[in-house]
Amino acid sequence: MHRHQLDARNMLCPMPVIRTQNRMATLSAGDILEVRCTDPGALRDIPSWCRINGHEVLDSRTEDGEVVVIIRAGHQVGGS
Amino acid sequence: MDQIRRAVALISGGLDSLLAARLMLDQGIHVEGINFYTGFCVEGHTHAIRERRRTKPLRNNALWVAEQLGIRLHMIEVVEEYKTVVINPKHGYGAHLNPCLDCKGFMVGKAREWMTAHGFDFIITGEVVGQRPNSQRRDALPVVARESGAFDRLLRPLCAKLLPPTLPEQEGWVDREKLLALNGRNRKPQIALAEHYGFRDYAQPAGGCCFLTDASYTKRLSDLWSNRGHRQYDLDDIMLLKVGRHLRPAPNFKIIIGREEGENRYLSGYRGRFVHMAATSHRGPLALIQGEPTAADIDLAARLTARFGQGRHAGMVTVEVTDPHGGSKLLEVVPLASKEISEDWYL
Repeated sequence: MHRHQLDARNMLCPMPVIRTQNRMATLSAGDILEVRCTDPGALRDIPSWCRINGHEVLDSRTEDGEVVVIIRAGHQVGGS
Repeated sequence: MDQIRRAVALISGGLDSLLAARLMLDQGIHVEGINFYTGFCVEGHTHAIRERRRTKPLRNNALWVAEQLGIRLHMIEVVEEYKTVVINPKHGYGAHLNPCLDCKGFMVGKAREWMTAHGFDFIITGEVVGQRPNSQRRDALPVVARESGAFDRLLRPLCAKLLPPTLPEQEGWVDREKLLALNGRNRKPQIALAEHYGFRDYAQPAGGCCFLTDASYTKRLSDLWSNRGHRQYDLDDIMLLKVGRHLRPAPNFKIIIGREEGENRYLSGYRGRFVHMAATSHRGPLALIQGEPTAADIDLAARLTARFGQGRHAGMVTVEVTDPHGGSKLLEVVPLASKEISEDWYL
């Protein structure tokens, strides 16, 4: 299991989701990805994307004006 | 045991593509969604930028649709490739700068590439014969099938009975009798079908998903192109056209003025690229200056910036003008009176 970080700040919907999706495609099942965004919509959209694609959201919160979402990759990783 | 056939569904986030995908799921087809981001999608951006639109929770409608259906959704950025569609559409524009027919052909073509790469069998869309004046005319639907290269692997479940049978129907992967024959601009059948399936709170349909159908947005885009002398753009260009008041007092410069805190915050991300200004003596907006302004233009821009802040009725307002490298100076200016702002300046 490896931990990874993704900076999706200063991007607007749906780019934080697309960047998250593309990064997740490079990970192995069980890897952890921490995504940081400034688009408040990401707080809802990234967990939504995770639910439909079989990934687990370990935490999602707003911290100092930034959205932080921590994801554990499910088994259905791979390209889009 | 029969092989489970797989369809890729173009999911816009609207009602029609939701229903089309649902009809396929009902027939036991494995469906996965695909959604393309062109940079002109209304989806999300303005909602994310502007504070006052927060009456409803922010959501991406395509993701919402996928969750309703319980299908995977693949979101694909096509900003660079899409430029050829916007800049030089083979079939021309609609009422504004909307290249709807070329756009549909492009997106179905990208879906066909994805289908081939991922071993899927066919493509579905939520198109309805006669619903849109450009891309969904009866004579336009075969154009999309042909120019996308999808041919008979493109199935439109909502109006399939009005069209020649496609490969999925001919091969018996899909029961044609269970497909629909919707026609025209009347939305009542779709709304009834949504009710039947229990879909509520879906995005309002028809025409609102692309900034290229918006008159004021396309006026700004036309101004950008004519001012530059060419029809190229990058993602930042088309994003900035969505934000703030845009005024062009002279051909050599333009000013973008935030309308509220969310827009000011968004515009502040561009301070490293443009001359920018804001009042320091009163609360007010952040403004970006694009182009090659003279010293007199900067003074005029400062007066405009003061005009849209809380010092608009003050005798004098202090405005800080900062260049992209951080060098700044203070200007004492008289806010421009409303009657001094020409209507022609507004984009």
